[in-house]
Amino acid sequence: MPQAAVRAEGVHVSVIGAGVAGLSCALELAERGAQVELLERAPQLAAASCSWFAGGMLAPWCERENGGPLIAELGTEGLAWWCRHFAGTVMRGTLVLAHARDTAELEQFARRTAHYERVRAEAIAALEPELSGRFSQGLYFPEEGHLDPRAALAALATRLGERQVVVRYGVPAAPRAGRVVLECTGLAARAQLQDLRGVKGEMLLLRLPELNLTRPVRLLHPRVPLYVVPRGAGLYMVGATMIESDEGTRISARSMLELLSAAYALHPAFGEAEVIEIGTGVRAAFPDNLPRLRRAAGALHVNGLYRHGFLLAPALARRAADVLLQGRHYPEVMDEDPGERRLA
Amino acid sequence: MLRLYQTTVHSRLMLGSARYPSPQVLADAVKAARAEIVTVSLRRESAGERAGQAFWSLIRELGVRVLPNTAGCHSVKEAVTTAHMAREVFGTTWIKLEVIGEDDTLQPDVFGLVDAARTLCAEGFEVFPYTTEDLVVAERLLAAGCGLLMPWGAPIGSGRGLNNLFGLKALRAHFPEVPLIIDAGLGVPSHAAQALELGFDAVLLNTAIAQAGDPVRMAAAFAQAIEAGLAARQAGPIEPRDLAVPSTPVIGTAFRG
Repeated sequence: MPQAAVRAEGVHVSVIGAGVAGLSCALELAERGAQVELLERAPQLAAASCSWFAGGMLAPWCERENGGPLIAELGTEGLAWWCRHFAGTVMRGTLVLAHARDTAELEQFARRTAHYERVRAEAIAALEPELSGRFSQGLYFPEEGHLDPRAALAALATRLGERQVVVRYGVPAAPRAGRVVLECTGLAARAQLQDLRGVKGEMLLLRLPELNLTRPVRLLHPRVPLYVVPRGAGLYMVGATMIESDEGTRISARSMLELLSAAYALHPAFGEAEVIEIGTGVRAAFPDNLPRLRRAAGALHVNGLYRHGFLLAPALARRAADVLLQGRHYPEVMDEDPGERRLA
Repeated sequence: MLRLYQTTVHSRLMLGSARYPSPQVLADAVKAARAEIVTVSLRRESAGERAGQAFWSLIRELGVRVLPNTAGCHSVKEAVTTAHMAREVFGTTWIKLEVIGEDDTLQPDVFGLVDAARTLCAEGFEVFPYTTEDLVVAERLLAAGCGLLMPWGAPIGSGRGLNNLFGLKALRAHFPEVPLIIDAGLGVPSHAAQALELGFDAVLLNTAIAQAGDPVRMAAAFAQAIEAGLAARQAGPIEPRDLAVPSTPVIGTAFRG
């Protein structure tokens, strides 16, 4: 989007938090000419961030089913941004499948979204030969993509370096005086954003070189919905649970059972996979699970990206830059008074 | 007015709190349903000091009574332990008791249910047992100390409505004084209206509202259906007949041929 001629060069911004939101915001501001520093409390990139455990699906239309039209709108913008900013973005669409007995789930999913083609057994086999003969019905979302979140975060950090953005690791959030502060700290901002809550997610990283899936596959199930995202080199990310909890240190046995059985139901070969990693993170969400740009305690906060971090970060970064540099207002993602949205 | 143990409520619609698009939608749905009782599933791992507090405080702020449940428990011991934890976390002796016996249908293990109910009633819990329409099981649950029953309409989340009308009517007829709450399996408001028309005292819903395209609107629709069903019950429905009964008297009409 062409920007009005704004002198961003004299603006000094401290971005706090080097998850996907902070990195995207820092890059957007730097690209517009602002003087940016990025502060991260963890000793290295994203180690303390839930971005590290993300699925990396860029699926605005699949997410619309549960997230609503705003997520689809911001996500479509984000998808285009990733294609321009990260060469590893793969545009092979998303496949949504259901077993024969779960037809109702598929119908309900289809009713609440758009931009898909209905696929039967033959089309599924053509898209993903490994799944040939295993599923007779599904939805194919050809306009969606995916990426490896860890590679994408590293690529953003590299781009920041190219633009002379200083990234300081292992430092507390203590920006210097005279700087504009943009906070992208997720759940750590709860003292300032009191209606923020944690939603725990659990994921597995499996290695199964003999299986070749080329795009994210979502398996609908009334109780245990699951997705598998190929990471290349025979690696698959299997996720992800959603638990109302802000303690995210360990996976529960039940979650692990559910994730593994669902992967096995997608393809029995997963029974032979090596478990490379078990990850847990806590997503930050507002009560309506929609993201916000909110001013609090002298800073502009970008938060509440919930389970849509990679999908939404670019669109929110663009809006945050517009707010900071041009004084614009985006009512659909901005609310100044948390009291308005209290539930009582 | 409906009396559940020592508590009197006005609303005949109770809501589950799972699977909503967001806590905000849940809150709006509870308001639209004018529900006074909301069930909350206590997942064990969320029972720590801080974990899950944000979600529970959102529920508390709704000003409703929390009915903790033992959803997902498969054994008596598990259900009893979960009930103990729920009493600590929520500060209530109410417990919706679920002991699941079969994974595909999530149908109650009625033997375990009676065992667990006996234990919990003896410990002073006020038990809301999720059961089938089986009369003998109902008898045992009441003997164990339960002051009300929650028979299923159909398997949890199936949206099929009242599957066994004969059995449910028999249950209502056998226990005219016991509060009976249809729990699980309803899909659309007409199912709820039917439950109230049959004389059931209330319904408990989750999936039918939480997974609807617009949960808040669906909650309001269920509230209206329940109001209609209750009014119809109190108004005294006619009995179905095999023969047509003309609503306009025909004797004396001219030109009958």
